Amino acid sequence: MTEQNKTLLRGARILGGEPQDVLIEGGTVAEIGQGLRAADAEVVETGGAVLLPGLVDLHTHLREPGREDSETVLTGTRAAAKGGYTAVHAMANTFPVADTAGVVEQVWRLGKEYGYCDVRPVGAVTVGLEGKQLAELGAMHDSAAEVRVFSDDGKCVDDAVIMRRALEYVKAFDGVVAQHAQEPRLTAGAQMNEGIVSAELGLQGWPAVAEESIIARDVLLAAHVGSRVHICHLSTAGSVEIVRWAKSKGWNVTAEVTPHHLLLTDELVRSYNPVYKVNPPLRTEADVMALREALADGTIDCVATDHAPHPHEDKDCEWGAAAMGMVGLETALSVVQHTMVDTGLLDWAQVADRMSFRPAAIGRLEGHGRPVSPGEPANLVLLDADYRGQVDPAGFASRSANTPYQGRELPGRVTHTWLRGRPTVVDSKLVGAAGAV
Amino acid sequence: MKRHLISAADLTRDDAVLILDTAEEMARFADRPIKKLPTLRGRTIVNLFFEDSTRTRISFEAAAKRLSADVINFSAKGSSVSKGESLKDTALTLEAMGADGVVIRHGDSGAPHRLATSGWIGGSVINAGDGTHEHPTQALLDAFTMRRRLVGEEGAALDGKRITIVGDILHSRVARSNVHLLSTLGAHVTLVAPPTLLPIGVDSWPCEVSYDLDAVLTKSDAVMMLRVQRERMNAAFFPTEREYARRYGLDGERMARMPEDAIVMHPGPMNRGMEITAEVADSPRCTAVEQVANGVSIRMAVMYLLLGGSEPALSRDDTARTEENN
Ligand SMILES: [Zn+2]
Repeated sequence: MTEQNKTLLRGARILGGEPQDVLIEGGTVAEIGQGLRAADAEVVETGGAVLLPGLVDLHTHLREPGREDSETVLTGTRAAAKGGYTAVHAMANTFPVADTAGVVEQVWRLGKEYGYCDVRPVGAVTVGLEGKQLAELGAMHDSAAEVRVFSDDGKCVDDAVIMRRALEYVKAFDGVVAQHAQEPRLTAGAQMNEGIVSAELGLQGWPAVAEESIIARDVLLAAHVGSRVHICHLSTAGSVEIVRWAKSKGWNVTAEVTPHHLLLTDELVRSYNPVYKVNPPLRTEADVMALREALADGTIDCVATDHAPHPHEDKDCEWGAAAMGMVGLETALSVVQHTMVDTGLLDWAQVADRMSFRPAAIGRLEGHGRPVSPGEPANLVLLDADYRGQVDPAGFASRSANTPYQGRELPGRVTHTWLRGRPTVVDSKLVGAAGAV
Repeated sequence: MKRHLISAADLTRDDAVLILDTAEEMARFADRPIKKLPTLRGRTIVNLFFEDSTRTRISFEAAAKRLSADVINFSAKGSSVSKGESLKDTALTLEAMGADGVVIRHGDSGAPHRLATSGWIGGSVINAGDGTHEHPTQALLDAFTMRRRLVGEEGAALDGKRITIVGDILHSRVARSNVHLLSTLGAHVTLVAPPTLLPIGVDSWPCEVSYDLDAVLTKSDAVMMLRVQRERMNAAFFPTEREYARRYGLDGERMARMPEDAIVMHPGPMNRGMEITAEVADSPRCTAVEQVANGVSIRMAVMYLLLGGSEPALSRDDTARTEENN
């Protein structure tokens, strides 16, 4: 399949605005207006669907290399496209770890070959995620994969000196360290949020302070060395307060929240169903409300999925034996619509900001997170926001089905995704990828 | 009653009193020369023990056998389970063997709940202790012992009785089950422990909390001492064994300050010299041995009520047939 030459979207509501026609030509947005004509264009009658810039995920576990039983670059980018994403940042906790230029280039190249979604690898901060020795951050930055985000995600860079050095070192090339904030001693053996529910269930607690103490330390470190730091999957009301304070100081701190932390609470753990086991854990209703408010007021910069696929057997077991994580790429936009748009906390322009513009800016990712305007790259997603339907993992493109939303009714459905003008999803179905064109 | 017994919180007051009353019937029966009832003849009960606990397993086994059930002991030690076979595969095996009831002891909190709700098996699940979550039959036998000693009346609950539970509440499934059950039965429960051994969130439980054993002792009808593992001090839960014993252990001097008829309980196995001195453990006020005997009656009652149907446990016919068949 070759690139679609011309596509005309009729009556699309750009960022939720008034219906307009949008002409895509040669990989860019060519024209926007009323009653556009293009005889040779393929026409998409949008019926007033919402048109957003292609979504950008700062936090995706594609699992390749090493855990291809749970996800591959191919299945993960297909899932991303179905979820409306045109770029994902692939986390480094693979086997081998993405801590060298060789591994990040391999992941990047696979994404490019398959062509469903741009893959920007995240480089490990330390060799083997061991937290002891800095990985060759400069080499990964200079590689074809153009690494800009560095993270030991899955593990916290808990050594204060290593964290300080990493923050300082990446200043040389405007990189950012994305911290998985989890004080390891306070969370050894932790199974769920520490609080009323963990006390009753007899599951070892993961206290909010284990996240907040690391964030407090790291915003202070970032300020001290004049670098920028990004906080992964912020999950507590206390973390919000610390980030809000750091931003009020003018420090270069950004933060992300996952869709599941915007919706689900630790009450669900009462079922002991491991589909709700995730790290950081599901918190309380008060935390959920604080996170929504923080995403609305901009304290939290963006939504990132922390898409974490696991094979069925790793969830079809007792809680203690189960793996932590949830898939999220194919439900993220629906959860954001449900928790943020349908509640009046964000409009669609702000959704575009939190799910495309800002994550692309944090990742220094060019060509994504751009306005929907003539001359801009045609990375676009069309959303039927009026749709209501139950989540059915049988329809997922992801290789894994560990979703906490099975059977839950959520609003919105991605009908089309375009990557540089070429459709990757049409009528909510994947279309054959072109590969690198 | 529900089909499974996973948590003491699942029991209504009527359920709990019915179990205690049924256990009294079972206990009376146990005093007769022929101890077997035909109630569960032809039914298969599996003791699925992922953790070593000979005491608990033997108690369930004796209970099942007195009800004439076929008992299969499935111990995880040295079996495929310890070699990484999943709980699910084990469950499917038991289902294929036609288990009517599964008594499960597991190191992971929630494993019995998972077994009962995952659709892996069709039989009843009885929680014989899961991680640091619950141990409902222990709480039932404790309540049974308290009712006998403190109330002495069938059909009654424990209204107004003041029960103090002392020790490692944080890691105790016995404490969790007892708090649920005793409060359901109308007792006033007070937990006593150093703050390090109380869970964050304990303030939402239906009980009082105190850090001061001496202040509570004089107002207790029963004092339940929980086993405290010496290794906990290595994780800084308390400084030394001696300090723990001094502040939270029960010795003769403290016992003397308890009300005259108050009893001392212990779920066993005891850590003499740690949470309880030999003097207290061996005194007539200590019900530890009685609790073990009561455990069999309670487990008979639970199995009977979950698996045996709704007719009275001991009809005249049953008794007659029992005597014929033995
Ligand atoms: Zn993480």
